[in-house]
Amino acid sequence: MSEKIIEVQHLSKRFGTFDAVKDVNFTVYKGDVFGFLGPNGAGKSTSIRCLLSLIQADRGEIKIFGQSLASNRSHILARTGSIIEKPDFYKYLSAYQNLAIFSRISGANVSRKEIEAMLDFVGLAAREQDKVAGFSHGMKQRLGIAQTLLHQPDLIILDEPTTGLDPQGIIDIRNLILRLRDEQGKTVLLSSHLLAEMELIANRMVIINKGKTLVEGEVAQLLNAEELVVQLEIDKAAAAKQWIADHFSNVELISSTEHHLELAMDKSGVAELNKSLVEQGFNIYAIESKRKLEDYFIKMLKADVVE
Amino acid sequence: MLWNSVYNEFIKITAKPRSYLGLLAITVLVGVILFALKVDGKSMIAFVTSSFEQTLTFQGELLNGNLVAFIILQMLIIHIPLLVALVTGDLVSGEAASGTIRMLLTKPISRTQLLLSKFIAGAVYTFCLIIWLGIMAVIVGKLLFGSGDLMVLNSDGLVILQEQDVNWRYAGGFAVAFLALLTVSTLSICLSCFSNNSIGPIVLTMAIIILFTIIGTLDVKIFDSIRPFLFTTHMASWRSFFEEPLPTAEIIKSLIILLAHQVLLIGLAVYHFNKKDITS
Repeated sequence: MSEKIIEVQHLSKRFGTFDAVKDVNFTVYKGDVFGFLGPNGAGKSTSIRCLLSLIQADRGEIKIFGQSLASNRSHILARTGSIIEKPDFYKYLSAYQNLAIFSRISGANVSRKEIEAMLDFVGLAAREQDKVAGFSHGMKQRLGIAQTLLHQPDLIILDEPTTGLDPQGIIDIRNLILRLRDEQGKTVLLSSHLLAEMELIANRMVIINKGKTLVEGEVAQLLNAEELVVQLEIDKAAAAKQWIADHFSNVELISSTEHHLELAMDKSGVAELNKSLVEQGFNIYAIESKRKLEDYFIKMLKADVVE
Repeated sequence: MLWNSVYNEFIKITAKPRSYLGLLAITVLVGVILFALKVDGKSMIAFVTSSFEQTLTFQGELLNGNLVAFIILQMLIIHIPLLVALVTGDLVSGEAASGTIRMLLTKPISRTQLLLSKFIAGAVYTFCLIIWLGIMAVIVGKLLFGSGDLMVLNSDGLVILQEQDVNWRYAGGFAVAFLALLTVSTLSICLSCFSNNSIGPIVLTMAIIILFTIIGTLDVKIFDSIRPFLFTTHMASWRSFFEEPLPTAEIIKSLIILLAHQVLLIGLAVYHFNKKDITS
């Protein structure tokens, strides 16, 4: 197992009588793109703010880079870059001045050239001297990324970094995160509501709900452990439905239309079912696995509600 | 890190248009007073000296730069706190309102250092205001009205200070006035730590000054015990430099009380700011 970058144990935080976080536990390893998932009000932002010492936890322990956050705050934050929800800047200052302000207190010596190079990297070189007041949301988000990366942090914490971005902006952020991990070996903790995006880039994840950890682990393992939902596009759905019911006792029909069947089944049975249907003369136009992170996420939340 | 943050605060203050409102207001207000005194100052002086003319003979130009500067200081020193609070009251709460405090506090600078840098920047801004007031009142006043002996009317009677005896008194008076305004700056920054909007601390600072001034002015016994400890009571201590003999003990007492207020307010602000959860 590689080096632990973040260790959170029994984190809890109460605001008045409201328990924002009750018992959050997770571990992020070096090189992870770690998905931090949960519905609104689950305690994601509070947990992330605790990681950045914006909020003081009532109980629990946070270790980052193997050191206690409580006693090594400055050292840890010098190696961490972050965007919390939306990056806010001094609107009356230029993009360059804003980055200069944050770099001066980042604990690193960042030169003018490095700031200019970073602005170029996020595609804002031409707007370097423009006041941030005139920037679009996407430009501010890119400036936020520049601010996050300027001091070459080892750990990057991004809380909803794609909020309000257009599709191209979302793709850019996704590619950037993957580049940071693959080319520079950065560790990324990523909170997002875009589960499809998360599925594409996160290798590990935790799901929290009502301030508690529900599940944590490798994304691929967690999803593979689940039963598949398979959608078939087929020419004679009604006949196929009957044939499946008669011959595959371990396959459960979820829904059907004139040309579609939705089935719950094990991954291992998909090939055999496909082969049998073709041999019986059915024309199959598409087989799509609907086992997505979104389904898993909703299933976990429903299970939590039942408990 | 502290000085980098102080430098950041200077950049922010100099880039905000509201920072120049104070300088502009002083320029306009002093300009109006200078104009009024130039046009009709002599009749005003004659009105004041008429009650002494039976016992005293005045020689030379009473309406000179030294007297003009004294009048300006007396008139404006009550209003400058608003100009100070306008900028310093926004230093923390303005960042909370705009969300930038969240960005700053995810950096490795300690909260105490960040807050101290704001106190230092606020002090420098206050110093700039008082220096500008000094330039406008004393230097421009002397350029327009010339120099001369200073006649000051206080509660003990009429004090005449010789021309060569005045400049050091202005230096001392401005230093005490600076400390008084620094207390206002400290108060507004402290209040700023408790708020997430820009206007609240500015309004509250002025409300406190008005309340304390009323308590200090009301001749009611119940306030006698607290009056000496209100910072507003000592905001007019700059006038002590224009008394003869110089009330050194009173001046020192005022300085101690003003400094005690500052230490207390900075301590309270640092304590609260370090405990504060940033949820904005």
